[in-house]
Amino acid sequence: MSPAVDLPPAPRAPDRGDLIALFVERVEDYRALVTRCAPDEVGSVVAEVLGSASSVVPPGLGLEVPGSVVDDGWTAAELDAIDAVVTRARVGIAETGTIVLDHAPDQGRRAISLVPDLHVCIVDATQVVADVPDAIALLDPARPTTWISGPSATSDIELDRVEGVHGPRTLHVVLLG
Amino acid sequence: MSGTFVGMPAFPTAAREALADTQLRRNLAHATRTIRDKRAAVVAEVEGWEELRVAGAAVKEAALRDLATHLETLEASLVRAGATVHWARDAEEACAIVAGVARDHGADEVVKVKSMATAEIGLNEALEAEGIAAWETDLAELIVQLGDDLPSHILVPAIHRNRAEVREIFRRRMGDVGRPAPDDLTDEPSMLAGAAREHLRDKFLRAKVAVSGANFAVADTGTLVVVESEGNGRMCLTLPDVLVSVVGIEKVVATWSDLDPMLRLLPRSSTGERMNPYTSTWSGVTPGDGPQEVHVVLLDNGRTRALADDVGRQALRCIRCSACLNVCPVYERVGGHAYGSVYPGPIGAILNPLLNGVSDEQTASLPYASSLCGACFEVCPVRIDIPSVLVDQRAAVVDSHRGDRVPKPEAVVMKAAAWTFSDARRLRWAERASGVAGRVLGRFSRTTLPGGRTAAGRLPGPAAGWTGARDLPAPPPESFREWWDRTDGGHRPDDDQEGRS
Amino acid sequence: MRVALQVTCVNDAMFPDTGKAVVRLLRRLGVDVDFPQAQTCCGQPMVNTGYLDEAVPVVRTFVDAFAGYDAIVTPSGSCAGSARHQHSIVADRSGDPALVAAVAQTGPRTYELSEFLVDVLDVTDVGAYFPHRVTYHPTCHSLRMLGVGDRPQRLLEAVHGIQLVDLPNATECCGFGGTFALKNADTSVAMGADKARHVRDTGAEVLVAGDNSCLMHVGGMLSRQRAGVRVMHLAEILAATEETA
Repeated sequence: MSPAVDLPPAPRAPDRGDLIALFVERVEDYRALVTRCAPDEVGSVVAEVLGSASSVVPPGLGLEVPGSVVDDGWTAAELDAIDAVVTRARVGIAETGTIVLDHAPDQGRRAISLVPDLHVCIVDATQVVADVPDAIALLDPARPTTWISGPSATSDIELDRVEGVHGPRTLHVVLLG
Repeated sequence: MSGTFVGMPAFPTAAREALADTQLRRNLAHATRTIRDKRAAVVAEVEGWEELRVAGAAVKEAALRDLATHLETLEASLVRAGATVHWARDAEEACAIVAGVARDHGADEVVKVKSMATAEIGLNEALEAEGIAAWETDLAELIVQLGDDLPSHILVPAIHRNRAEVREIFRRRMGDVGRPAPDDLTDEPSMLAGAAREHLRDKFLRAKVAVSGANFAVADTGTLVVVESEGNGRMCLTLPDVLVSVVGIEKVVATWSDLDPMLRLLPRSSTGERMNPYTSTWSGVTPGDGPQEVHVVLLDNGRTRALADDVGRQALRCIRCSACLNVCPVYERVGGHAYGSVYPGPIGAILNPLLNGVSDEQTASLPYASSLCGACFEVCPVRIDIPSVLVDQRAAVVDSHRGDRVPKPEAVVMKAAAWTFSDARRLRWAERASGVAGRVLGRFSRTTLPGGRTAAGRLPGPAAGWTGARDLPAPPPESFREWWDRTDGGHRPDDDQEGRS
Repeated sequence: MRVALQVTCVNDAMFPDTGKAVVRLLRRLGVDVDFPQAQTCCGQPMVNTGYLDEAVPVVRTFVDAFAGYDAIVTPSGSCAGSARHQHSIVADRSGDPALVAAVAQTGPRTYELSEFLVDVLDVTDVGAYFPHRVTYHPTCHSLRMLGVGDRPQRLLEAVHGIQLVDLPNATECCGFGGTFALKNADTSVAMGADKARHVRDTGAEVLVAGDNSCLMHVGGMLSRQRAGVRVMHLAEILAATEETA
């Protein structure tokens, strides 16, 4: 696993506790799910979140997910038959409740975090930054990035927001630390 | 498969028809109020929003100031990242390039991310003429496409439709072009969104070629950015083998860090969210991930024309958030179709004339489709002074008729008014005439305004536009300046105290 | 301080009472206001319809009439906005450096009435008496082009006996918009109808604003609807006293 940028960033906000609390509040505001746990609990928490769902994981996830398949260039149709995906992230943005993937080996190809209907995303608390400019400074523009703020949503009918269109209809963030 | 704006009447005529549609009025009032309130709430929570607007305007202005250089940098960066760059002077060239890419891959269909640039150039119709089906995958665009309808809003092209109408369109048309809507489809937005998910999934999974636009193009890294909500964008940008992105040349920003103010301004201004659900960035081809053949079509189509306009060029800062539509009292009442373009509302009223010129009657009517109330400027995240550009485009319309052999009646009136207003003696004479007219009109009137003044009755000719729905006070028998003369500015006794007839 | 009244062409010809009210009010506050006879119009009708060349002699007349005054007071947010923000456009168009220099003098010295009272005279209680239920419509050019803020409300709140009620959706345009009211009469009327409805909802006896052109539009609708609501310019309420009541 070779991340393109150095992590973790120096936090801009003075109080990390507040920053993490804000991140959780803002992610949940999109009706995404958040579970906080200690780093050594991640395996059991992920297993619990997945339940009986079939899952795919990127090759560099760095975590044993029982019963999952490792992405090996699956076609979109093959991914469509899988219920869930487990990835890590590059950055979390507290102000906007956003997680950013830069599709390094611990996050995998863009397709795997898109087609399955449940996205379980493991974010380390040290990866959470205050706002958009902090994230931009950390990201490498040469890599593809995907900024995710809650589950797929639309407001196209009467400006009434509903969650769940084409992307994963459930986003579950597992926050470590 | 969708309608066309060609042959639309001038704004006042189209607006009159729209105003008569009470369902449309209700749909628009509800939708614009909802989004206005959401925007106001998320903007209010940002400390220094005004500074952010200034920063956003500065980023775009800097890019436009040296556009040619930034575009060359962008081209070089894209090529370095493995993309193929095409330049298109106009809609026809751009459509031909996209059709050519699809043909090269033997594709008879493409999936599309919502894109204003491709709507502007009429890409779907051009592809259809080549036997290539273009599937719109944004929910609102899908509603418009299936309904053989026209877009009426930049962000929410089907804003003029309510849930019941959407259900009807899905039930009637989905089966003709793919998986039909489920039999038990209700008008619940979540269920309608679910039907769109099922309908489009097959198309996403099998498509070989995708077409997108871009919200931003970063010159020094060759990075394109697409901001979206539903995930249809990610599907198109990720799953097919080939991606063609049609990018207006004004989308360029100089550096990656320039994205900062833009990504903070756009979602809050547009959907009224702190951040939109999905933003994708990519630079050319990433081996083993996403499309392995990437084309970028850099589109002019009138943009260099707009750039040459000293006042109007600021319209090229536009990031298509549509905040100006949502606060516009004119848009709220007449909707987007009346503007006769994919760019409706205040921004459309300046962008269309700037891109296309004002030689046709419909486009020339757009700068006048505003009361100049200024609400648009207040909310614009990149501080486009739309009212000033509207006035400047009105001048462009007037100037384009200065050579007419027979001047328009309005021009005659304006010249006469200017002649009268250029000398106070002439104005005094005109006011005397109006005072006499007022006495005559007052004599025939049966209406007294609250406060005691007499109203002129319904008047003929151009004044009928006023008196059809509004009473008009009859001109007073004595003007202010006559009163001032008679009373020495109120220092002498004033017998006819209030100058009423 | 030499103070001139720019009464505006609309008030001069159609609403002389507003001009008289400004004169009374300012005299009461100790300002000997002058009325330069050479004045006509600010040129806004031409500018806003796109007739910039035609506006040049009108703006020239304006700056000639008001040259040398320390303050130009006008009972119109719209006309003040025109002098402050549009005269320079017209002057640039004329290519006449003397006109460019002249509008740079008159523009910044032009004050809408509430600005002049609050900022220059530093007064909010002008000693007015008006025992009626009143609602205030902030006209777009006062609000957005000039940024008069809450000055008119502060002046109205200090009026003795007044019952000031909030107007729903107050900051939304009434639909007048100058020649917009004729060129797009249907849309203008649709906007005016909503404004009139909001005014009626307040139960106010009087609708007040700082621009008679907007009041002519909304008042014309209210009158046609037999709503029984009177429209009055801000100056007329501020000029009213126990003696005139």
